[in-house]
Amino acid sequence: MSTFDPVLLFFLFGLAAGLMRSELRLPAAVYELVSMLLLLAIGLKGGIELARQPFGDLALQAIAVIAMGVMLPLVAFPVLRYAGRLRRADAASIAAHYGSVSVATYAVATAYFTSRQIEYEAHMPFLLAVLEIPAIIVGILLARGFSRDMHIGKMAHEVFLGKGILLLIGGLLIGWAAGPEGLTSVKPLFFDLFKGILALFLLEMGLITAGQFGSLRQYGLFLVLFGIGMPLFSAVVGATLGYALGLSLGGTAMLAILAASASYIAVPAAMRISVPEANPTLSLAASLGVTFPFNVLVGIPLYHAMATKLFAVTGG
Amino acid sequence: MKSSMRKLLTIIAETALESVLVKDLEHLGAHGYTITDARGKGSRGTRNAAWGESSNIRLEVVCDAATAETIAAHLQQHYYEHYAMILFLSDVTVLRPEKFCR
Repeated sequence: MSTFDPVLLFFLFGLAAGLMRSELRLPAAVYELVSMLLLLAIGLKGGIELARQPFGDLALQAIAVIAMGVMLPLVAFPVLRYAGRLRRADAASIAAHYGSVSVATYAVATAYFTSRQIEYEAHMPFLLAVLEIPAIIVGILLARGFSRDMHIGKMAHEVFLGKGILLLIGGLLIGWAAGPEGLTSVKPLFFDLFKGILALFLLEMGLITAGQFGSLRQYGLFLVLFGIGMPLFSAVVGATLGYALGLSLGGTAMLAILAASASYIAVPAAMRISVPEANPTLSLAASLGVTFPFNVLVGIPLYHAMATKLFAVTGG
Repeated sequence: MKSSMRKLLTIIAETALESVLVKDLEHLGAHGYTITDARGKGSRGTRNAAWGESSNIRLEVVCDAATAETIAAHLQQHYYEHYAMILFLSDVTVLRPEKFCR
């Protein structure tokens, strides 16, 4: 177990407690605070780096990542619709979850990379924020088609002013504006305590994940297979894109992780309002019950190994 | 003590709907409302409020009978099919009826 990061042990602890039907849980307000701190910390860290990056590079990477965010749900949708025989709204909603990202998975990955001293592009949170959005819009279009009664304003509000995205962007901007020296005063809370906060967060994530297993049993094998197969496919896409963009080995692995992760905050909230007929239990069972634990326990080391292999083969 | 009868409309729905519902209520003539966080169990499983997606709100409005019926009909038509929601009406006694009129 020594290769396991302690934060993952917190996740397993929560999972075990949840499976044993313990009454343990983080009070809702605490969970909210902990997720706020994580999002802001990740945003701040990325923001510091943003100022140092040439604008042209950033724009190119953002465009490439947006293209990936559009493409992933378009690949997932037909699989869900025809192989999984899901209703259109459900297939579209799940596809959107898998095209978007999970900040929690990213946070675990940063802990993994930091403890192994793997370098990666520090402006990665910027790409994280960029990748959250396109899949939501694609998902809504897949479910609804282009129709005139689509409320663009409502949709934009839902997409850009969702709590998670707002905090991430806010953190990025503050980090960018304040710079590394300016942030020293808030460093103890956001950066020094990061792992402790992440541990608490993952404890609750374990409990939430355990709660999804019930509905997973109900909806069966297809969701489990999709919940593992889709991130594997997305990771290959992400790693290839990272390599093509000339990212470092760590950055390429990180982009693979971002691609492989499935949203469980921003997308469900947006889908609930914009595609109400989609069953939220299905998409959450897949993204939280299968993909999140798979990614944090198996996926992150696997995608890192994948990127290492890619660099070794191509001599990059 | 001078008192009169009004309707108390209680709605229990998923938290995701909060901002939409509030807009609807104001639009349909409610003068005020009270929202509390809620949890429980129903046809859509346990809503234990462990995190955002599984939490509920309880929305209460005191208004005249006509407004209460308009709101109830609107909610039933727009949200019953796809969202976790129940609502019920009860008679309540209030001291300042003019506060709850249209």
